[in-house]
Amino acid sequence: MEFNSGSWNNQIDVRDFISRNYTPYDGDESFLSEPTGRTLALWDEVRDYMDKERDRGGVYDIDTHTISTITSHNPGYIDKDIEQIVGLQTDEPLKRAIMPFGGIRMVHTSLDAYGRERDENVENVFKYRKTHNDGVFDAYTPEMRKARKSHIITGLPDAYGRGRVIGDYRRVALYGVDYLIDLKVDAKNNYKFEVLDGNEIRILEELAEQIRALKELKEMAASYGCDIGHPAADTKEAVQWLYFGYLAAVKEQNGAAMSLGRTSTFLDIYAERDLAEGRFTEAQIQEIVDHFIMKLRMVRFLRTPAYDELFSGDPTWVTECIGGISTDGRHMVTKMSYRYLHTLNNLGSAPEPNLTVLWSPRLPEAFKKYCTKTSIKTSSIQYENDELMRQKHGDDYGIACCVSATRIGKQMQFFGARTNLAKALLYAINGGRDEISGEQVAPELLACRGNLLDYDDVVKKFDYVCEWLSQLYINTLNIIHYMHDKYSYEKIQMALHDEDVFRTFACGIAGLSVVVDSLSAIKYAKVKPIRDSRNIVVDFEIDGDYPKFGNNDPRVDEIAVSVVKMFMKKLECHHTYRGSKATLSILTITSNVVYGKNTGSTPDGRKGGEPFAPGANPMHGRDSSGCVASMMSVAKLPYDYSEDGISYTFSIVPDALGRTKDDKAQNLVQLLDSYFTEGGHHINVNVIRKEVLLDAMDHPELYPQLTIRVSGYAVNFVKLSREQQLDVINRTFHTRF
Amino acid sequence: MPNNTVGYVHSIETFGALDGPGIRYILFLQGCPLKCLYCHNPDALETNSGTIKSVDEVLNDVVRYKSFLSGGGITLSGGEPLLQSDFCEELIDKAHVLGFHVAIDTSGGMPLSVCKNVIEKADLLLLDIKAIDAELCRKISGQDNSNALKILNLREQLKKPVWIRHVVVPGLTLDKNHLTALADYLMPFKCVERIDLLPFHKLGEYKWENMKRKYELWDTPTPTNEEMKEAIKIFLDRRLPAN
Repeated sequence: MEFNSGSWNNQIDVRDFISRNYTPYDGDESFLSEPTGRTLALWDEVRDYMDKERDRGGVYDIDTHTISTITSHNPGYIDKDIEQIVGLQTDEPLKRAIMPFGGIRMVHTSLDAYGRERDENVENVFKYRKTHNDGVFDAYTPEMRKARKSHIITGLPDAYGRGRVIGDYRRVALYGVDYLIDLKVDAKNNYKFEVLDGNEIRILEELAEQIRALKELKEMAASYGCDIGHPAADTKEAVQWLYFGYLAAVKEQNGAAMSLGRTSTFLDIYAERDLAEGRFTEAQIQEIVDHFIMKLRMVRFLRTPAYDELFSGDPTWVTECIGGISTDGRHMVTKMSYRYLHTLNNLGSAPEPNLTVLWSPRLPEAFKKYCTKTSIKTSSIQYENDELMRQKHGDDYGIACCVSATRIGKQMQFFGARTNLAKALLYAINGGRDEISGEQVAPELLACRGNLLDYDDVVKKFDYVCEWLSQLYINTLNIIHYMHDKYSYEKIQMALHDEDVFRTFACGIAGLSVVVDSLSAIKYAKVKPIRDSRNIVVDFEIDGDYPKFGNNDPRVDEIAVSVVKMFMKKLECHHTYRGSKATLSILTITSNVVYGKNTGSTPDGRKGGEPFAPGANPMHGRDSSGCVASMMSVAKLPYDYSEDGISYTFSIVPDALGRTKDDKAQNLVQLLDSYFTEGGHHINVNVIRKEVLLDAMDHPELYPQLTIRVSGYAVNFVKLSREQQLDVINRTFHTRF
Repeated sequence: MPNNTVGYVHSIETFGALDGPGIRYILFLQGCPLKCLYCHNPDALETNSGTIKSVDEVLNDVVRYKSFLSGGGITLSGGEPLLQSDFCEELIDKAHVLGFHVAIDTSGGMPLSVCKNVIEKADLLLLDIKAIDAELCRKISGQDNSNALKILNLREQLKKPVWIRHVVVPGLTLDKNHLTALADYLMPFKCVERIDLLPFHKLGEYKWENMKRKYELWDTPTPTNEEMKEAIKIFLDRRLPAN
């Protein structure tokens, strides 16, 4: 049977292929298959490797001798006889590779931390070659170094791969690599220019790099006995080809986040055809999916303990989007959507891949309920508002990292980590001096005087500091992304993009609810600053109560909206690298703990060193009117001003969600429908009892797969640092009986 | 229709998933005539305290959550909501105009002479029968169950739905004879749509530490899953919709 033809036959247009060929599925989960014997055996072997990895302090092994490239390693297998989808980053499961082009220093620190020798040959290479990290630090200004050191701009991808680029891995399956190479060669030969200068020369060089990468991809697949020059012929090949594309990316780039994209409905087209033609049974297709997902769970990068302190749990953000509604009005749920989620049953819960349901109240009821049932069972799913994102990005976008919508194969982003807005507020109060070091970091301004903080005065000064900060931040990122393109270009991922790519410049803020509650306290209560001998405000006394973010109280929620708008408007005034569009995220991942640690006491009553709330969450325990009120507050944050995403993490004990199993699933569906109808952008759903988490802290060996969602991704709870575990436990758990 | 009556409010919860169908806005009203040994909201016992709010004030807040409440509604709980029957009645009337489903979560500790209108108007009654045996009921709550049973009869006459709730406490109501008697009593009632057997829990225990009255159930264990299953079975065996 031929696929329905269309514009996808004459040019690269995966969306067109999907749209003409997919079969929406309205039924329930009863068609799904149990894991096969082979799947169980293979997963057992993988778990053995993972146990060993944990016993060895988190790293199974490191290949210290080989600089990782697409073709650097010999083929590796878990168990060659039974695995249906093949391909590993190195020649052995979980063995980590070194990827020094982002920064050799990060490789050094990691090797030192895990007690491994540096390899002489590798060292020799970087005597003569610079890395992205070297380039950035060559160009940084003294002001940038100071801002970085004082943690007002933080988590910057200046020492490692920036990630967040999603190759359209589906192209490998749909077109085969030969055709992709032909088109890129064509594009290069026919590249039109008037004058050849920096921009144009760079594009020509990048196209050459892309062509080289595609050839390497084909060579790598051949080493596993697969000829991926031609299009995939059936489901198994489609999954395998697509995975090779992704594998090439994670062999080449140790990116902060390495999303997979939006693959399930695409692959379902092959599966439907194979089922109809009797090529595979449902059990066989589920087996292929299970083995594929297993591979995604095994992606590993070598990272430093300091990096893990920020983004702990060894995350890779293999984010995969499921569901959504097509622009022609049909929903995009297919049987494959179920099969992906079903891996959480067949293999148990896991943080990766980062399964993301693109939610709309218009999704079929049976699917919505299957999602919430799976959430209740595994706490492994996040949900994002397809109604909001489709308006801006159409119906073939994926999520880069946690919450950032990106059109697949047509758009990329420059990841910009985040600025610490809570610290910016303290700079406003302290005349631009850092509250911890006492150093003058921001330009000098008049510090707040007197016994009580005055709202208008603080707001004015905060605005001034943000003006300075936004410009410095953007320029810092301009350097980073210039150098990343120069020294660590994502050649295979960009080879799986159109030539004409739309770029966003993804800025971020941390500590929003701290700032908002602080401003509310200054406005509605009396806040007295306490100064130390350096004349720096190091603490605050609050007299009276004040409205707190997270209770659907317009008095404070309006402050939150205005802070977001204010900062975004400032960002977009500045020149951004490569014609990109500035965007903003309210996302902290797990770094809210570290940012809090590096920030003094704030006027909301938070003590110095205490964690911020994650992402856009209200501060722990201050959202006291129930989770619906908390969601309403978060849903008011304007997506138009934070298009890179607004992360909200929701934790509830199972018994508070309803009496019966069915009540629980149905109530969670209603909660998601309404939260998104109200304009919420993203939500992590954790359904778990606090006691389970406490027990897991004491007996990690009993909970190897215990998964919880933190802002924008999921982690193995037992892999978090003790501080982060406590932070999760101290967060608001909605518990009303 | 009375106009903008005020009530004494203990607190609100914007996500109630346990007190009636769907997601519900729960208004906990202050004050209760009973003194249950296992009360988990002892801070809501005292009458004429709490925050004073008018019916309109409450409903103005509720409508902000309309999209969440479309499959659920409002539940008036407490305390004992029927202590403030005028407030409840006006709230039900006005909520109905706005299209909300209203449930009353009551222990039935009030005579029909004061609460008849509310009982008639509520879309759903969540009726907590402390014990079917009058003596045991008095021991648990300080009052017998005659008011509660009259309320149940009225709902049966009206053919309006009731969810029975019953707290299963080891040493008090976790008893085969007692549970059988309750189940037998409920069998003829067609208005009973659902019976929630609630395992005794100690999550409200900490609240007692600040109270004048002594908490007597410190040493009482929570029922095991097995015990709960057996208790539920007694009802299921009689084709009663228990869980």
